Amino acid sequence: MGFMIGRLGQTLIVLLVAALVSFMLFRYVGDPVNNMVGQAASLADREAMRTQLGLNDPVAVQFARFVGDVLRGDLGMSYRFGQPISDLLLQRLPATLELSLVSILLAAGLGVPLGVWTALHPRSRSAKLLMLASLAGVALPTFLIGIVLILVFSVWLGWLPSFGRGEVVSFGAWTTGLLTASGLKALVLPSVTLGLFQMTLIMRLVRAEMQEVLRSDFIRFARARGLKRATVNYDHGLRNTLVPVITIVGLQFGNVFAFSVIVETVFQWPGLGLLVIQAIQFADVPLLAAYIVLVALCFAIINLIVDILYAVIDPRVGAAQLARGGHA
Amino acid sequence: MSETPEGADAPDHPPAWWRGDFVHGFVRSPVAIVSATIVAMLLLLAIFAPFVAPYDVRDPAKANVVDARLPPRSTGMFGDQYSLGTDPQGRDMLSAMIYGLRTSLLVGLGAIGLAAACGIALGLASGYFGGTIDAVIMRAADVQSSFPAILIALLIDGITRTLMDRATHEALAVPILIAAIAASFWVQYARVVRGLVLVERGREYVLAARVTGVRTVSILFRHILPNVLGPVLVIATINLALAILTEATLSFLGVGIPPTQPSLGSLVRIGNEFLFSGDWWISLMPGGLLVVLSLGVNLFGDWLRDALNPRLAS
Amino acid sequence: MTTPLLQVENLRVEIATRHGDLVAIDDLSLSIGEGEVLGVVGESGAGKSITGNAILGLLERPARKTGGRILLEGRRIDDLDEEEMRRLRGRQIGAVFQDPLASLDPLMTIGYQLVQTITTHLDIPRDEARERAARLLAEVGIPAPRERLDSYPHELSGGMRQRIVLALAFCCEPRVVIADEPTTALDVSVQAQVIDLLKRMCRERGTAVMLVTHDMGVIAEAADRVAVMYAGRVVETGPTMDVLRAPLHPYSRGLMASIPSMRRAARDRARADLPMIPGAMPRLDALPRGCAFHPRCPVAIARCARERPPFVPAGSSGGACWLVADGASGEVPAHA
Repeated sequence: MGFMIGRLGQTLIVLLVAALVSFMLFRYVGDPVNNMVGQAASLADREAMRTQLGLNDPVAVQFARFVGDVLRGDLGMSYRFGQPISDLLLQRLPATLELSLVSILLAAGLGVPLGVWTALHPRSRSAKLLMLASLAGVALPTFLIGIVLILVFSVWLGWLPSFGRGEVVSFGAWTTGLLTASGLKALVLPSVTLGLFQMTLIMRLVRAEMQEVLRSDFIRFARARGLKRATVNYDHGLRNTLVPVITIVGLQFGNVFAFSVIVETVFQWPGLGLLVIQAIQFADVPLLAAYIVLVALCFAIINLIVDILYAVIDPRVGAAQLARGGHA
Repeated sequence: MSETPEGADAPDHPPAWWRGDFVHGFVRSPVAIVSATIVAMLLLLAIFAPFVAPYDVRDPAKANVVDARLPPRSTGMFGDQYSLGTDPQGRDMLSAMIYGLRTSLLVGLGAIGLAAACGIALGLASGYFGGTIDAVIMRAADVQSSFPAILIALLIDGITRTLMDRATHEALAVPILIAAIAASFWVQYARVVRGLVLVERGREYVLAARVTGVRTVSILFRHILPNVLGPVLVIATINLALAILTEATLSFLGVGIPPTQPSLGSLVRIGNEFLFSGDWWISLMPGGLLVVLSLGVNLFGDWLRDALNPRLAS
Repeated sequence: MTTPLLQVENLRVEIATRHGDLVAIDDLSLSIGEGEVLGVVGESGAGKSITGNAILGLLERPARKTGGRILLEGRRIDDLDEEEMRRLRGRQIGAVFQDPLASLDPLMTIGYQLVQTITTHLDIPRDEARERAARLLAEVGIPAPRERLDSYPHELSGGMRQRIVLALAFCCEPRVVIADEPTTALDVSVQAQVIDLLKRMCRERGTAVMLVTHDMGVIAEAADRVAVMYAGRVVETGPTMDVLRAPLHPYSRGLMASIPSMRRAARDRARADLPMIPGAMPRLDALPRGCAFHPRCPVAIARCARERPPFVPAGSSGGACWLVADGASGEVPAHA
């Protein structure tokens, strides 16, 4: 339990720091008044505006107000788009989430079995080939993969679209491309691009972990007890491998979030990533500030979930704190 | 009363380093030789760019817009030879790529160097002083390592962009980029160095020295820093590839090197718009060069890590 | 002499390295009878564990068996395929390894691991297997055995874990058990209990036990006979008391002399230090010519550096030494 409280505390601190950075950015960069009042306004008018906006209050008060606003969902207005930022974010969120989820499923769905296979048959030719190919995943930058895929599948073969989401279906605030043919086609190249790097990562991770696990004493003891090979490899081996792997895959979700920025740029995918690039290019400070808070929140939540998941899966984790002074 | 058995272990002096396992392993491994050669060649190319590149593409005014988007092995309006074609601004691709390579290596090496320096300093402080300083630094490290490098670099670059006007930012683009990328890599170095400091602090000769009044700081510096070089080198080589790719990615996104200065990433971005017109070379060639560079560095880094590992363990 | 339950004849194990094949076990022979505990003792690296692994068929690359035979109840088991060998393991041959915490799968309960082993080899229904597991836990001295079935390994102490490992080794009533350093990772106070338990379990079942250890005290406690290994060979075997009191081989003599003993300390009050055998056991890639021990041997003769002495039986004992072959034997010397 103490472990939980510690983690929550750490999360809160991270969020506060992110909020502070965001606030500093928002408040001190550029002049909000200028943007609202225009050049012709007199000094007196500006002062009045400042007081009205609460810009003359002590910093701490302003920060508290900022945090309050954020918690209420009011993230200010975007300079560039002229819309409330929270609306913008909600608009774009489904696109990014859908892309991320599909990529992770692809990556894990292929990465885990391939990793297990190469761990169990390390000397086979296909295993060596796969490991070599996985090097490509590490050395090739994501944006290049996207471009090459576009070149092959859109320009030369013309099978798949190279930009946009295709037709989307709305369910209230959510929009999905999974229910239309064009939506699905549009999803293929971006999710493969995003997922390829993750897949090679997961494959190598699973392979390394599994090889490590297969070398451990309890595997040897399981064999010495004459358990069937499948039981040894999967029941004992795979289960122990998956424990650290699951947590890392969970953390990969955060990575996917970051890399979606790249993929969305390559494919002009209307998600959060594209939004932040536009925010940077047009110095849209409120949007950038809001993005920082959003990112911090997402990562904090992901990390928290992963930690909880780990504690649930591994019976040793809670006990680890207690056994500090105990057995060898 | 016992003689040393025939063929038993030689006494504990390790052989001279050029005869040791390291060089022996290097010469025996084709991967190491090939990757090292590739990296060395690219490095030389980058350093001697002004002498090797057929055209000086650093000055945008010098480009002939008339010669825009010519395919490889073309001749321009005024008789200029373009072995790898030109980009939409009429710049020679080969030269642009060589200068872009130079930028990539400059930023990559600079970022890793800065990250290592800061990381080592913070690791030393963290391990030596302990207490609150250690706690703060390690917490920061934990938090930061959960964020991917690209995001950190992106946000830092974005923030500095909003803090200064366009002209200043463009002039300072390279140092800012180096700092932004370095900021995402310092953690590994700090952790390794901190670990080594903690180990050394507990050693008996340190405790003995402290009793006799020798300043721990000088001991730590005399003994830690030499030991640190090995692991740091391994981490640095592995990170270098990622740093180079991060710079390329940021430039591709339009938030790295400004478009007026040559960079492999921005070349790819420029070429992206012309994929459907069939001008594939503008994107694919710089992309290819990037891949060769990153593969070379990656392979060499992997080999280096494996080669130094058993020695690190001792 | 009872018919041996387990026989190893001229076993040879080689390890493939970049520089060629190293001989890890060279012409090793031993046998264990029903209900007998054979202690296999030697320094780290002498090849004790490899012998155990070879018998279990668990030799891992790059080590492989290149010669000799292994017989269980008179039938060869070293030439069986993987599936047949798997069926033997756990059922006919059990194993106990050194680190009890590492031997148990951390993610599964004790009960699960026991039931899994039992149902793999014996065709009995699950709840009967669970009953059997609970009875085994009671037999090895675990309090509240039925509740313990649902515990995880990390929730128990080292001694309890090793008892569970013993339960797992014996759960299908094997004929032979290979115990590889079963007490090394345990607290001294717990070691004696575990050894007693092992002795009791194999006496009651008539199991043959190969007890591998580097601890002479454990040998003295538990072994009926002992085989001394050095650099991949057996250099001496015999009944434990004989080998302890009147070792034939100079290496065994050195080992016995280095055991701290209350009686001897009282006798040689002038000497405060424990005699050691100078030097170290040679590495596999640097084996000396002739007898592997001769560089460290206090009584080596010229022949020892030229020819390797064969193992010469001497009644129920035997040694691999030219001096033994020529009929000499000695008692524990005052100093090496």
